[in-house]
Amino acid sequence: MTGKIVLNRRIIPDAHFYEMIIYAPAAAKRAMAGQFIMIKCGGDTALRRPISICVADGPTLRICYEVRGKGTAYMTDMPEGGTLDFIGPIGNGFHYKPNRRALLVGGGIGIYPLISIGVKYKKAVSALLGFRSASLIHYIDVFKSYGIPADVITDDGSSGRRGFVTELLRESLQKGEGDMVYTCGPVQMMAAVAAICEQFGVECEVSMEERMGCGVGACTACVCRTLFTEEGVQRETYKRVCIDGPVFDAREIKWK
Amino acid sequence: MEIRPDNTTDMTVEIAGVRLRNPVITASGTCGYGKEYTPYYMPDKIGAVTVKALTLEPREGNPTPRIAETPSGVLNAIGLQNPGVRYFIKNELPGLKKLNAVVIANIAGATVEEYCAVAEILSETAVDMFEINISCPNVKEGGVAFGTDPRMVERITAQVKRFSSKPVIIKLSPNVTDITVTAKAAEAGGADALSLINTLIGMRFDLNKYRPLLANGTGGLSGPAIFPVALRMVWQTRAAVSLPIIGMGGIATADDAAEMMIAGADAVAVGTAAFMNPRAPVEIAAGLEAFCEKKGHKCVRELSGAAFGLI
Repeated sequence: MTGKIVLNRRIIPDAHFYEMIIYAPAAAKRAMAGQFIMIKCGGDTALRRPISICVADGPTLRICYEVRGKGTAYMTDMPEGGTLDFIGPIGNGFHYKPNRRALLVGGGIGIYPLISIGVKYKKAVSALLGFRSASLIHYIDVFKSYGIPADVITDDGSSGRRGFVTELLRESLQKGEGDMVYTCGPVQMMAAVAAICEQFGVECEVSMEERMGCGVGACTACVCRTLFTEEGVQRETYKRVCIDGPVFDAREIKWK
Repeated sequence: MEIRPDNTTDMTVEIAGVRLRNPVITASGTCGYGKEYTPYYMPDKIGAVTVKALTLEPREGNPTPRIAETPSGVLNAIGLQNPGVRYFIKNELPGLKKLNAVVIANIAGATVEEYCAVAEILSETAVDMFEINISCPNVKEGGVAFGTDPRMVERITAQVKRFSSKPVIIKLSPNVTDITVTAKAAEAGGADALSLINTLIGMRFDLNKYRPLLANGTGGLSGPAIFPVALRMVWQTRAAVSLPIIGMGGIATADDAAEMMIAGADAVAVGTAAFMNPRAPVEIAAGLEAFCEKKGHKCVRELSGAAFGLI
């Protein structure tokens, strides 16, 4: 599948975060919150890169990516007006729960896919976003433009409060500000978010990340450890992040 | 050769008595159990589907990360994760056969007895051929440990043959000094065909953690990076044994497939290329047909080992 690259630009000067808008009406129509696409990056890459969909808006897909290696570096060179070769949307995404109030808990580049589920809640949603420092804060305006107010916290206190996003979540849940949590970010953060939700008895969905091969469920490279109960006994098994996920019920994940 | 009124190229090949619509097969471990790629092509458009390795009991596989990219290649250490042969027979095989796929079951095990048990169970099914995986580099027992010892290769081939009612393909490891030694051992053991190459053992390291990138430490290298090695080994094997050969290792284009056949392969398998292009197997089959037409071959089999006649 291909789409036309409408926009491809760096978001902030202090980090290699990029946003891309792709004109791809069929894919945009089909996209569900929390899904991802597999992008062909070119050069001597042998694998596509899985990039989560930030939000599908009309005939376009918005994606964001951080330059982490060769593939994402190639992506920064893709010209606006050019063609993007991608597979997808892929995977089981976030589930919208009617009549609930959603809290979106994101850290770093995990914030992006949360917009896709946040927009479904209209006004019954707010985001709690954590960044390492003030210069890395970004996309608050995009959250706002989709009707999602955001509270921000930084690891080093260089902007707003100092601390981790889990503190904001704990306070919000204490005040009863949400009864459905969606989270994406570093695995330690998501594990902590899941534990807090468990304490408060609030349902939580997590978006997992793992190094991926095929993106269609065939190669079983991108597995994560999950729990299930069989005949009253709790057992563990690997599930594929690409098509069994990337979004899982937090209670299903066996955290490392 | 059959008469073809429409003047198109005869793309059929025969491996150990099994007729394939065309010489392009999917490589084990890269196409799951066939149905994963049905959104991209139907398995009756290619020669055969080789399913992911099957063991007697379900296997969990290795911890993650299981995969890393290398220049023009992929390093993997999945560790034979699979739901077990009985689950496959009940839940995967019927759907695959309904789609008219020729099915090659890749069989793995920790002991000779396990290989034999899986072969015996699958002998009662609609699977068309067995590919004996004595070359997986990512498991502690069986796998490459069997595939690098010629005596063991002969023994396991002979044993599995006793329990098999289907043609037996022995999948050879490239992680040996001389692949013709293991190829001859498989022939001596009674193999019906050979497939080569499995992945080459390799590593990558994490420059932040100073640790191997893969949780398993080492992994198997595949993709275009290994294509010339695979060609060389198919070439050597063709000269050493008379068994049919399924050539694989880094094939990404129809030209690659043609090269592999010219080097001595009777059929080819496409694996890692499907990760970049899910339609790679069907596109390579179509491209191979176009190649034959361009070169004036009425039959794709004319390519097999063509290089030998000219040297």
